[in-house]
Amino acid sequence: MGYEAWILLTGSLVGISCGMIGCYLIVRRMVMLADAISHSVLLGIVLAFLVSQSLNSIYMLIGAAVIGLATTIFIQWLYASGVPEDASIGIVFTTLFAIGVILISLFAKDVHLDVNHALMGEIAFVPWNTIVIFGAEIPKATATLLGITVVTLLFIIGLYKELKITSFDAALALTIGLPVTFIHYLLMTMVSLTAVGSFDAVGAILVVAMFVVPGSCAYLLTDRLDAMLAISALVGVLSAVSGYYAALWWDVSISGSMAMMGGVIFLLTWIFSPRYGLISKWKKSSTPLKEQEG
Amino acid sequence: MEQIIQSLLHDSNTQWVVLSTMLLGIASGVLGSFALLRKQSLVGDAVAHAALPGICLAFFIIGEKQFLALIIGATVSGLLAMYLIQLITSTTRLKQDAAICLVLSVFFGIGIVLLTKVSQQSSGNKSGLDDFIFGQAASMTGSDVYLMGGTAAVLIVTTFILFKELKLITFDPEFAKGIGLPLGVLETLFSTLLVVTVVIGIQAVGVILMAALLIIPSMAARYWTDSLGVMVWISGLIGAISGVSGTLISTLGLGLATGPLIVVSASCMFVVSLIVAPKRGMIAQWTFHKKGIAAKTTGSYRKEGA
Amino acid sequence: MNQAVEVKDVTVAYDQKPVLENISFTVPKGILMAVVGPNGAGKSTLIKAMLDLTQKSAGDVKILGEAYKPKNRTVGYVPQRGTVDWDFPTNALDVTLMGRYGHIGWFRRPSKSDVALAEEALEKVGMSAYKHRQIRQLSGGQQQRVFLARALVQDADVYFMDEPFVGVDAATERAIIALLRDLKESGKTVVVVHHDLQTVPEYFDWTLLLNKQQIACGPTDEVFTMEQLQQTYGGHLSFLNQTEMVGR
Repeated sequence: MGYEAWILLTGSLVGISCGMIGCYLIVRRMVMLADAISHSVLLGIVLAFLVSQSLNSIYMLIGAAVIGLATTIFIQWLYASGVPEDASIGIVFTTLFAIGVILISLFAKDVHLDVNHALMGEIAFVPWNTIVIFGAEIPKATATLLGITVVTLLFIIGLYKELKITSFDAALALTIGLPVTFIHYLLMTMVSLTAVGSFDAVGAILVVAMFVVPGSCAYLLTDRLDAMLAISALVGVLSAVSGYYAALWWDVSISGSMAMMGGVIFLLTWIFSPRYGLISKWKKSSTPLKEQEG
Repeated sequence: MEQIIQSLLHDSNTQWVVLSTMLLGIASGVLGSFALLRKQSLVGDAVAHAALPGICLAFFIIGEKQFLALIIGATVSGLLAMYLIQLITSTTRLKQDAAICLVLSVFFGIGIVLLTKVSQQSSGNKSGLDDFIFGQAASMTGSDVYLMGGTAAVLIVTTFILFKELKLITFDPEFAKGIGLPLGVLETLFSTLLVVTVVIGIQAVGVILMAALLIIPSMAARYWTDSLGVMVWISGLIGAISGVSGTLISTLGLGLATGPLIVVSASCMFVVSLIVAPKRGMIAQWTFHKKGIAAKTTGSYRKEGA
Repeated sequence: MNQAVEVKDVTVAYDQKPVLENISFTVPKGILMAVVGPNGAGKSTLIKAMLDLTQKSAGDVKILGEAYKPKNRTVGYVPQRGTVDWDFPTNALDVTLMGRYGHIGWFRRPSKSDVALAEEALEKVGMSAYKHRQIRQLSGGQQQRVFLARALVQDADVYFMDEPFVGVDAATERAIIALLRDLKESGKTVVVVHHDLQTVPEYFDWTLLLNKQQIACGPTDEVFTMEQLQQTYGGHLSFLNQTEMVGR
């Protein structure tokens, strides 16, 4: 596979895994929690580096999962103690992110870890850093993301109805004996893993964009959860591919451009969606008036 | 420590920077209190991220790093972001959290795209726009500092003049309308004050962490009092201390950005408030709870309730 | 063993303020029971406390002679209509099918027979024609019927319904009450939080009067007396009675 194909594949994998997880975040109204986790995993990565003194992605994944869960727990804990939810989120992630940035500047400056990289990623460098798996030489980040996408798919297919019912009606889920809290934390662990796996390749910002943009488009296009998941994955891939070519065209940041193209797709969906778009809304609200006149 | 005192005493630039980050801290503490009570804490986060494309566009148009122009660009894109969030929540079934996150990440993506373009054009001095991401108060020039400090002062004064009106539209907008206050005008004014606060703070604190300066001091202040008047003062004070201590530590020459230091200072004060504040603090709650349990086991609380 | 529900000394308190105190009653099998009381009397809280959806400060609840455990699948719960997200990407059939999830178990998909059961239940509540509608696009009464269909496919022995008659049209009200009687015929027990005093004697054979404390519990014709009602609602019964009629 060529250089370009690896980048397209990597971006698409981010789009698929974040896009599908993002659907659940949207219907559970937990998008800001994912935004928070995507920022605070930076601290997890730094701590993993400081403890292990290596940039091995296994340590990073563990560190990120731990800090991701810690973020969720801290937010939940502040919320339970009476802090409004949005303020709890704002306090926890900015603090953890700030600590992460300070630790990087103090202890990890000379290494491959730098803050701009964490923020914007360097998907352009992904194809150069390869490992050999089953005799094939493939980029490290792509391999990690491939693994994460497979886990995400297994998670969503395996627990499809459990995720659906706990998202839709937690009370019913409790009365039939499902561990609602456990499933919540499982989902948050998936968010952290997906975030950190994508982090290295595309940076925090695109991770957040991929969590929210494709799912939002899908939410405005369909009334079925399974269709929403599929459309979301598709929009994720579409943003990645169109973003890459837009970046080539203008010679700008690839991950920034992928987020931007996601925004363009959302704008189009918002206006033209046959079900919930602005145009159909405007048509619907103008028809009853005509009927009344007639 | 000595280093800090030295630069405070002898370096007039440091003195001005410290004074203006203090004013910034007060302004964001004060306006953050209103934002918190209006449940708009995270809107500030979106506005801060969304300012980036405005800054870059202003740079494109002017061709140099002129603080006033950048602030105007940032204010325009910040206000646009705020308006888009409202428009998305009112015209689609997406909820506010999704709308905030959507606008925030897409605008920031566009900002990064424009930033790469800017740094290609001004390859010589690299434009210094990178500083806007994490904040570098020390890199501000004299006139930037005056502008930031002056604007912050104006924000503080405006808020105090309109204190009771802002309090009313926050607490009971319907009633405010009923007694003849121009609700729409005041809401727009408040949004503008909030956006301007975020925008002038960006160079010192950075777009990613600016929202923290709105949220953390006001939430810490909430622990100490139930009166908005007092809360605004405490919040301003905590904001001021965070601004000053963050700026001073970053002058130590360890290469630390100002933003994260200001945020961590504010967080420390939040944690202290969370633990020791009277009535609402953890220690107070814990002793209260213990008493409550004692009452429960003797059954006396039932009589109180009946 | 012919008691469907046994509640003993249940107390619920929020922030040290008691919301429910020392509630104790039993419900025989095959009974339609109304839980009646003024706003804020703790009716919904009682149901939630019985199903462990709210923490009890004290007390025991037994369902069919055993301590309540969600896994036993003996209980079907129909929450108040306001509690779910109506924008959720799902349709009427899908919501009904969720009632089967407890029976299907982890990781497995609903089978054809589950779908058949769900369709049958929708037929019973007169909602077959709307099975592919997104739930926001249903009227209040139709939404309530879907929730009832979901409870039906749960195939529980004891049902708890929180205000199923609120905000529904007359046709839905008739459909619901017919359904409740069907359930009773097949030996199920149904506990309903109810608002409309006028219809209590007509619909229910057992009544619990509640106002933070238990006023009375037993067969409706014994419990539902003017004196007891006055004790439940304070001195404002006549006024309340009228507003209830108008308001509902």
